[in-house]
Amino acid sequence: MVELTIDGIKTRVSEGTTVLEAASEMGITIPTLCYYPGLSCYGECRVCLVEVVKGDRSSLEASCTLPVEQGQVILTDSEKARKVRKVIVELLLASCPNSKTLQDMAANMGINKVRFKIKDRGCILCGRCVRYCKEQMKSGGIGFVGRGTSRRVATAFDVTPEECRNCGGCEWICPVNERACMAGNLIDGLCGGCQNLAPVETCPVCTGCSESVGPQGHRVYK
Amino acid sequence: MQRLQSAVELEKLRGRILSQRKPEKPCISICGGTGCHAYGCEDIAKAFKNEIKRQGLSKQVELKVTGCHGFCERGPLIVVYPQKIFYQRVSPGDVSEIIAETIIKGNIIDRLLYVDPVSGEKAQFEKDVPFYKRQQRLVFGNNGLIDPTNIEDYLATGGYSALSRVLYNMQPEEVIEEIKKSDLRGRGGGGFPTGRKWESCRNAPSSDGIRYVICNADEGDPGAYMDRSLLEGNPHSVLEGMVIGAYAVGAHDGYVYVRLEYPLALKNLDIALGQAREYGFIGQNILGSGFDFNIKISRGGGAFICGESTALMASLEGRVGEPRPKHIHTALQGLYGKPTNLNNVETWANVPLIINRGADWYSQIGTDGSKGTKIFSLVGKINNTGLVEVPMGITLREIIYDIGGGIPHGKKFKAVQTGGPSGGCLPESLIDLPVDFDRLTRAGSIMGSGGMIIMDEGTCMVDIARYFVQFLTGESCGKCVPCREGLDRMLDILTDITEGKGKEEDIALLEELGDVIKEASLCALGSTAPNPVLSTIRYFRDEYEAHVIEKRCPAGVCKALITFTIDAEKCTGCGVCAKECPQGAISGEKKKPHIIDQEKCIKCGLCRDSCKFDAVIIL
Repeated sequence: MVELTIDGIKTRVSEGTTVLEAASEMGITIPTLCYYPGLSCYGECRVCLVEVVKGDRSSLEASCTLPVEQGQVILTDSEKARKVRKVIVELLLASCPNSKTLQDMAANMGINKVRFKIKDRGCILCGRCVRYCKEQMKSGGIGFVGRGTSRRVATAFDVTPEECRNCGGCEWICPVNERACMAGNLIDGLCGGCQNLAPVETCPVCTGCSESVGPQGHRVYK
Repeated sequence: MQRLQSAVELEKLRGRILSQRKPEKPCISICGGTGCHAYGCEDIAKAFKNEIKRQGLSKQVELKVTGCHGFCERGPLIVVYPQKIFYQRVSPGDVSEIIAETIIKGNIIDRLLYVDPVSGEKAQFEKDVPFYKRQQRLVFGNNGLIDPTNIEDYLATGGYSALSRVLYNMQPEEVIEEIKKSDLRGRGGGGFPTGRKWESCRNAPSSDGIRYVICNADEGDPGAYMDRSLLEGNPHSVLEGMVIGAYAVGAHDGYVYVRLEYPLALKNLDIALGQAREYGFIGQNILGSGFDFNIKISRGGGAFICGESTALMASLEGRVGEPRPKHIHTALQGLYGKPTNLNNVETWANVPLIINRGADWYSQIGTDGSKGTKIFSLVGKINNTGLVEVPMGITLREIIYDIGGGIPHGKKFKAVQTGGPSGGCLPESLIDLPVDFDRLTRAGSIMGSGGMIIMDEGTCMVDIARYFVQFLTGESCGKCVPCREGLDRMLDILTDITEGKGKEEDIALLEELGDVIKEASLCALGSTAPNPVLSTIRYFRDEYEAHVIEKRCPAGVCKALITFTIDAEKCTGCGVCAKECPQGAISGEKKKPHIIDQEKCIKCGLCRDSCKFDAVIIL
């Protein structure tokens, strides 16, 4: 067992656990996009960054890939982490504005303007589909092609491969596809449907139910 | 050749090689490095061969094509031993004269000597050339003495003696202790203490005892070529270092990961590896000690990111070259999940030196936190382009002015970028900064692998930041968001600024974005990529403001922000500019001031270059 401190609370978890899992066990929600339970951790989206404090220094690490360590001190909601996450979601919105998941996340973080050029790639390259196809369906029909900004998810030579069983899992697991933003016109990269909402209510004890935060906010269980 | 079976046999062989060599026998050493190759050194070598044959001097004169001598600016270079007469800018036409005058009569040919542009003095010998005088060429110095395709040359300079000492007189732990004591830090850019890395690799648990060592020769920084020159010129020093490292960490398999764009390095390394195997320095039962170690050469596929250790290992395993989070160091779980010790070419080449001359000697060189020497590739707006090896702690001024000979055409020094594309640009106010790992980091730059790009007053710092971000955007693997999307948007903003479309809030946005990319990126490519932007904003903010607020490029580089005009007072009406102008934009009567039609002008700058009276000015 490893003992660590998350947001000032001491906890003991078994070795090999990630900080994200440890926090989630404690009921602390850390925003995630490329993480999906049951799939390998990838560390692409950097939305789950947490502050790791080491003496008087601290660094930001992706909690989904960060293994717990004895004596670790983690801050999941520090100003530093929040500030960086906000810019990252802003960058994600700039490259994939028509995703309700992202729009909601932005609203939740208090982003009121996307300051970067909008280049709609329709995909955040989180690789959930790629990992699902390979790890859960044991197929490997899709993968990443290209590098840098020309990176995309594709089948080999853009031909439907024999490995593909048309299971539709890739579509189902996609955080962008899952809920497309229907707002239509975007202002400053935001749909406007969510951005002016009052801060969402949260349950007194959050169980990490994965209930999404939308224009209507969480359903609050009392 | 029979494989050597003991340290004694090695020393016997060395004795035999040395006894066959006469130090007083003239030897012509031709630099065969990349720069001199481009200048045509192969033709010179051929001409020497023919001339020597024609005159029947094959027994009296030795001819050697060696690795890079370093002074690329003045290539092709030739050093005539034993006097070490230094000839530069040699052409095949000079060959017969060199043989007739220098080799036979012992005279020095005046016109081939190097003339110091500052003092006007001629330097007869290599040691008198200011470029070499201030250097301390410990790792690089033997390049001029060694034909990289001949292992006997390396043995003649004491090669593989460190290996035999390690195998027969030292325990692996002692080797690690010695490297730790020397305070050698990784020369690939990270600056991690080498001894500590070796130790954690040795102590890392491995279920089947398998460990690997890797030499990272995927040098990709624009303008940096020290690793290339070491591999091309002295490959055995790298191999010897690797065998010593393998013995220390307990590895029996090693890889050299070389980028495919280095064909000569690959060739020379391949030959060296073959010879080392033949002599028994690599393979089963090395020098009869019972220690086995094999090296394989792996060719990189052309991705800059594969210089990152985890991406390199992914590539070696046959997967896509992408980095992974390094929460667990590669020294514990690296290649195929086994403890792996990866070091850079230059780091490996330092190892035999430390073993031979001792950690105490080594740690006397350099500064508190950075020991030994470092090879820099001095390029850009500098008189003496080339590779320089200097002790850590030397100031930028000494490198740029004493060794580099200052800025060409009497222009003013503006900035130096250290550490390759993701290094920072340091201004003139920091020119007395001693160069070492920690001081460079504090100044907002990095040591990196040792690139050093000099910029003069004609360089626009916004444009240079844009250039490097463009390079890195193209080389980002695209795995994580801050690096992929962040750098791309950073490039958008910088391009806008250089095109005069910048907004006032852009500078603050660049700083914010830069900090985020630095903090949040997955690997070192991303976390150092904003350095050129952040450091130029830190030291040259006025230039950014001039672009954004005044819509003006002070250096006169950004085309959208400049106009070429003719100073009527200076213009003599000679008409040269009008003839040069590809657009026909310049008109005027003969002997009267000319005018540029701004509608037609494409701002190519040919008029300015052609004007002898400096009458074309940039506004």
